[in-house]
This record gives sequence, C-alpha cells and structure tokens, in this order.
Amino acid sequence: MANFFTDNPALKHHLEHPLMKRILELKERNYTEKDKYDYAPIDFEDAMDSIEKVMEIAGEVCGDIVAPNAEGVDHDGPQVINNRVKYASGTQQNLDVTTQAGLMGLSMPRRYNGLNFPMVGFIMTSEMSSRADAGFCNLWALQDCAETLYEFGNEEQRQKYIPRVCEGETMSMDLTEPDAGSDLQAVMLRATYDEKENCWRLNGVKRFITNGDADIHLVLARSEEGTKDGRGLSMFIYDKRDGGINVRRIENKMGIKGSPTCELTYKNAKAELCGDRKLGLIKYVMSLMNGARLGIMAQATGLSEAAYREALSYAKDRKQFGKAIIEFPAVYEMIANIKAKTDASRTILYETSRFVDMYKTLEDIEKERKLEPEEKAELKFYKKLADAYTPLGKAMTTEYANQNAYDCIQVHGGSGFMKDYACERIYRDARITNIYEGTTQLQVVAAIRHVTTGTYLSQMRAYETEQICPELEALRKRLIAMTDVYESLVAKVVDTKDNEYLDFQARRLVEAAGYTILGYLLLLDSNKAPELFHRSAEVYINYGEAELKKIQDFINNFNIDSLGYYKQEIAE
Amino acid sequence: MSLKIIVLAKQVPDTRNVGKDAMKADGTVNRAALPAIFNPEDLNALEQALRLKDKHPGSTVTLLTMGPGRAAEIIREGLFRGADGGYLLTDRAFAGADTLATSYALSMAIRKIEKFDVIISGRQAIDGDTAQVGPQVAEKLGIPQITYAEEIQSITNGTIRVKRRLERGIEIVEGKLPMVVTVNSSAPECRPRNAKLLQKYKHARTVTEKQAEAVDYEDLYSIRPYLNLAEWSVTDVSANIEDCGLSGSPTKVKKIESVVFQAKESKTFDSSDVDIEELMVELINNHTIG
Repeated sequence: MANFFTDNPALKHHLEHPLMKRILELKERNYTEKDKYDYAPIDFEDAMDSIEKVMEIAGEVCGDIVAPNAEGVDHDGPQVINNRVKYASGTQQNLDVTTQAGLMGLSMPRRYNGLNFPMVGFIMTSEMSSRADAGFCNLWALQDCAETLYEFGNEEQRQKYIPRVCEGETMSMDLTEPDAGSDLQAVMLRATYDEKENCWRLNGVKRFITNGDADIHLVLARSEEGTKDGRGLSMFIYDKRDGGINVRRIENKMGIKGSPTCELTYKNAKAELCGDRKLGLIKYVMSLMNGARLGIMAQATGLSEAAYREALSYAKDRKQFGKAIIEFPAVYEMIANIKAKTDASRTILYETSRFVDMYKTLEDIEKERKLEPEEKAELKFYKKLADAYTPLGKAMTTEYANQNAYDCIQVHGGSGFMKDYACERIYRDARITNIYEGTTQLQVVAAIRHVTTGTYLSQMRAYETEQICPELEALRKRLIAMTDVYESLVAKVVDTKDNEYLDFQARRLVEAAGYTILGYLLLLDSNKAPELFHRSAEVYINYGEAELKKIQDFINNFNIDSLGYYKQEIAE
Repeated sequence: MSLKIIVLAKQVPDTRNVGKDAMKADGTVNRAALPAIFNPEDLNALEQALRLKDKHPGSTVTLLTMGPGRAAEIIREGLFRGADGGYLLTDRAFAGADTLATSYALSMAIRKIEKFDVIISGRQAIDGDTAQVGPQVAEKLGIPQITYAEEIQSITNGTIRVKRRLERGIEIVEGKLPMVVTVNSSAPECRPRNAKLLQKYKHARTVTEKQAEAVDYEDLYSIRPYLNLAEWSVTDVSANIEDCGLSGSPTKVKKIESVVFQAKESKTFDSSDVDIEELMVELINNHTIG
C-alpha cells in the first residue's frame, strides 16, 4: 500500500506552480471542451484537481504494482522468441495495469482519446515510474513519441495512430545504427518509394533500439539516394501490424534490464512518411530528442529519489558502534547531499517542463489561429528557455542520479555491494542516464551557446529579483556572488576568442551555470515551502558554492598554452 | 448476452491499522478513529463483475451499499473503476444492524432494483468477518448461491460456471441464474481507478452530500444527470422498520474484552554462545523443538 505521489509532498509543490494557471488556460483553450467531453475540466481549479487525482492513481500504480515487480523484472528481463520480444511477466503486468488506469496518451488531445494533460503531469508520472522501476519508465515515457507524431504527422496519421497509443499500444524511436550513434547524420537505413504499392519501403539494420518490438515505430531513414549527411534523412512511421521488422537479438545490458534494447532488421518493411522529406533529422528528430531528454531527466530524478529513500532507511536501521549510522556526520552529510541533489534535480525538471508546456501549447494554438503579438513573444521566450534548460537539466540531473546511486551504495557499506539491496540495481540503472539521448558531453555542446549568448545569465538575474522572505536574504546574497563569479568566468573564456579553448572549458562553464540556477530554484522553492526545501537549499548552495570555487580556480589558474598536455598522441 | 450485475459492497473501518481507540466503551467499533475503506473482498467481487462486463458487451454493473452518508464514496470508487451506477441505502433506522437486518435491507433494495442476473459480493467484511450477508441475501431472495468463488469462468445460456477456492483444493461448479456469488481474496485484485472515469465521475454526489457541503458546480447536476447518486431510505425500499437496524437484529453484544498482548513474558537473548545454549535448552525442555 504505497503511493508514490502522496508520500512525496515535493511533487504536489511542483504541480502547484503559479505558471500552471497560464499553461492550463492555454492547454484547455479557456476550458471550452467541457461541453464536448464528460471528463474535461470546467475551470482552472477543476483541472488542477483532476491532474492531482490522476497523479494519485499513477502514484498508486507505481507504488503498489510497478515497484514490487522491479526486482523480478531486473532478474528475468525480456526474451526474444521467434524474432519477437516477450516482456518479463512483471513488465507485462505493469503495462496492463497502466493501460487499465488510463495513463497512456496522457498529454494527447481529447479528440484522439487522450487526457490533454500538460507535460508537467506526464513528466511527473514518468518520474514516479522511474522511482519504482527505471527500466519500466522507458516503456511508459516512450508514449511521448506520440507527441512527435501529433506535431508532425498529418491528420490521417494522427487519427490512425494516436488513439491506439491511448489504448496502450507502445512506441519506439528507431534512430541509432551500428555506425550512427551520437552522429545521426551517418544513418544508412534505406527508404525507397514503392511505386507499385504506393508506399515507402525500409531496408537495413538498427541497433540499440529501446522497446524495438513496439506496436508503432518512428524511424529515421535515408530517403534521398546518394546523400551522405542529415539533409538526406526523413522520418517514417512503421506499423507492426504490417510486418517487415524483426528483432534479431536483445542486448545484455548492465541496467534497465526490463526495457528491451533491440537490434532490428528491416526487410522491405512498409512505412509511411511522417511530415516532409529531408526534415527527418534536422527538424523532427531534434524535437523528438528534446522530448526524450526531458523524459530522461525525469528518469534520473526518480532514480535519485529512490536512492535517497534507500540510503535513508538503511542508515536509520543499521547500527554500528552502538548507534544508528545516520547519527555519524560522515553518513548524514552524504544523505543530506543526496537529498539536496534530488531536490535540485526535481526543481529544474519541472521548471523545464513548464517552459516546454508553454511553447508547445502556443505552437499548437498557432495551428488553429493567428497568435497575438504578446503570445508570439511568449512563445519565443519560452522556446528559448526550454532549449537552454533541457541540455543543462539533462546534464545535471543524470550526473546527480549517478552520484546519488554511488553514495547510496556507500551508505550501505559492504551490504550495498551484495545483490540483496535495491541500491545495486539503482546504481546499474542510473549509469545509462548520462549516456543515452545524448551523453553529458553532448548536452554541454548544446548548452554552451546559452552560456555564451547569456540565456542562463539573464535567467539568474531574473530569479535574483523575485520577492523572498527576509530569512532567505543571506542565501540570495551568496547566489548573487555566485552569479558574478559565473559571469566573470564566462567573459574570461569567451574573451580568448579561441573555440577549442571554449570547448575545453565548456563543461565547467555549463556546470557553473547549473550550480547557480539550481541554487536559485531551490531558494524560490524554499521561499514557498520552507518545511520541504529550506534544508536542501542550504545544503545545495554550500555544495554548489564550493564546486564553483573549484571551477573558478581551475579557469583562473589555467594557462591556455598548457592545453597541449591534455592531447593524447594519436599513432598513425 | 448482456447481463445485469449487482455488486454488494461495504465501507469498512480499516482494521489493518487498529489503534487503542478502535473500540468504543459500549463495545461497538469506533468508526471515527479508523480510516474508511472499500472492503477488500468486495473489491475482488467488483473485479469479477467488471470482467463479466468486459466479456459480455452491453452488461451493466450496479453497486449497492448500505451505510452512513459518507459511504457514497464506495459508489464513486466503483464508478472510477468501471461500474455504471449505484445506490446508497442510508437511513438512521438502518443503524446498528447485524447480518440479519442488513441482508433484509439489502434484499428489499435489490427487489426495488428489480431485474438482475447475478449478485456478486465479497465473502466477508474485515470489520465483522461473519461471511453471512451474501448467503442471507440469497436466502431472502429465494435464489441459489455459490460461495468462496475465486473466478467466475463463464456465463452461457443462463448457466454460470464458477471456480471455488476451498480449504483443501478447488471445485468447479455450475448453476442457473439468477445467482448470488461471494468472492474470496484469492481472486484477482481489482483494477485501478481509471483516469478518464475519475474525471467523469469525481463530482458525483448524493442529495445529502450536496446539502451538507456547498457543491462547486451546481448546474452540472442537471446537465450531467449521472452525477446524482441515488439514496434510498427505509420507506424507499418498502422495508418494515422493525426488521431494520438495531430492532431487527437478534445479535446483541454482551461484552467486549480488550486483549492487549504484553511483553512481560519476553526474554532477551544475544548472539553469545551462552545465550544460544540457554535458549536451546529452554525450547527443548518445553517441547517447542526436539
């Protein structure tokens, strides 16, 4: 009898952010659907009440079904039988119950049978599912592919596929190939037009495809013969009912074992073009990846929450030298840091989700009518922020999930190294989060332009002016000082006008932005709910300030000419 | 073939979290001190009903519950999971009922609902543990019953086939409809609340509830009539008032004893050889082992 929503008041806090009023008013088109759908909200309060109650359902499913299944799923894993994936029995039960609870197609419009929830709600269910079982979180969160299908597919495709997702059919995004990992421009899977059957045909191989035996696939393939770069790629929809894709094998992974990672062979697989030719990578996959990165942030935050709870309960329980180990400073500091990094992850997760909600909803409205000038400005503003916060958030939260899982094992001591405790699974599961959907190194590549163009800095300065209670003034002063340090470090590196040097220091600069922004967000959380966040704000700012000093020392003491010491000799 | 299914459900105090104040001085349950929940085996019964509805399109599932005003929550919980409607039997005159008076009241309400094919209920409620109400309802309606059901396997041409879970095995039995079936906790757990149904029915209220607290959206109840939950009194179901509640209950609680397990006889042993030896000797001497 566990409920992952009601037992974690931080979630309700983030759900009730002031921006939700605007998000829902846009998302619900001023609450005009109530006459058409018996489950549509009447007004803002009613909409919030519905979201909260549905979060309770999700929390119950995660706590009562998904979490107890996690150990068995990790042990059994999926299998390939006759080129098809068979999920572990626990995974199948999770999917069945989730579908019965009506939690699939959460963010899809009601006309396709969805719940029309904002991204914030969908991301919250993802976070809870990850706390229960990070591997299952992938299957749950892949429903977000429907978002891309909705955005870029035509009306016929929307009507054909989206209601099926809402009824529980699963999705996959088939991007990676043996020679196209981080560099998706190298994708070779061939798409040719079949004049006779009037459809596209896919041929080739994909690798590392999460949930590769899904009912509906989004596939990146080369439609323009003779091209070699991203401009020759298009996106396709494949329907498993048509056949043509087989699962050759599933990978034996270190973690997230419940989520089948497949190698796929395409033999004349029938497919439909989604959107326009040649925009597959440069437009659609970029959008798909941004959504997926937000999903991984949720996964990382859920894992951090699990790590925190496991560490805390073990440390309270375990007695050494005549007392519970949590009473020792060395242990309680570790746990306080896990908690602070978890709260910091969550606050940027929902801040980013709200930015995504704002711009995506406005973009959707733009398809129906012309936007007012102020709405256009709003769209531009939030799109830029979503673009800046997604890579920053993904980098910070996934690194924290790893650090927290590591420390969680450390709190367990020798027992943590055994298979008997959940912490070892959390540790293995966390390891993929800062690798897939773009490694942390690639998030830095995406984030650095917001360092150099000042997106992060202007947000820090905006947070600085928010109204806060006098008790938090001291923390704010320290954050202002951190912002000043960040600003001077950025200037110092940018002023060299040396791109290689900028790339070299990029990760440090992005992290410096992270410490300051996450510190500010925790300060604002603490202002609204001190009982939930004040301790974490203090602990995080202590830690972030010290980390920033390290970065400051490194950059200030670094002689640009010593870059050569870092370059490895490459033997010809 | 579509079916008319009635599910009998009870709101019970959650006896899994019993504290010191669980009983009142007069020997009755202190309902105020315990959280009210959907009786667990009634949820198993509801799941069986919903599975029949899935298998037989066009079927309806109607909940019937008796209790104070707040028991309307049981009907909402049922609607959130896929039931089609429900009735709350509520009246001061029903208060203090034992199983005889309860089954009488329920059977009168069922007669008022008129047509039904199957009545499904949990085997027993966790507050009384009698397992009498289901069978008594069947007797009062003069229809057969199958108890200890784990699965309703099929209904074909008016014949119901049920798998029963008994102490030493299982038994598969058949009977003619209409039938009362009582369901064990070994049956599949009830499905979760559904997000859409919850949003559809969350404003459902009884008249009493609407009077007790101001409702947020008054005109909603005329636009969406299904949000008005039916409440029935003694007169609504044409029951004899003396056969209801305390006056209709031959069961009288004579005395309640509060048994508190105390640790006065406990002993503490540590993991030293001496202590283990002492424990072994004691267990062998009192024939617990050996």
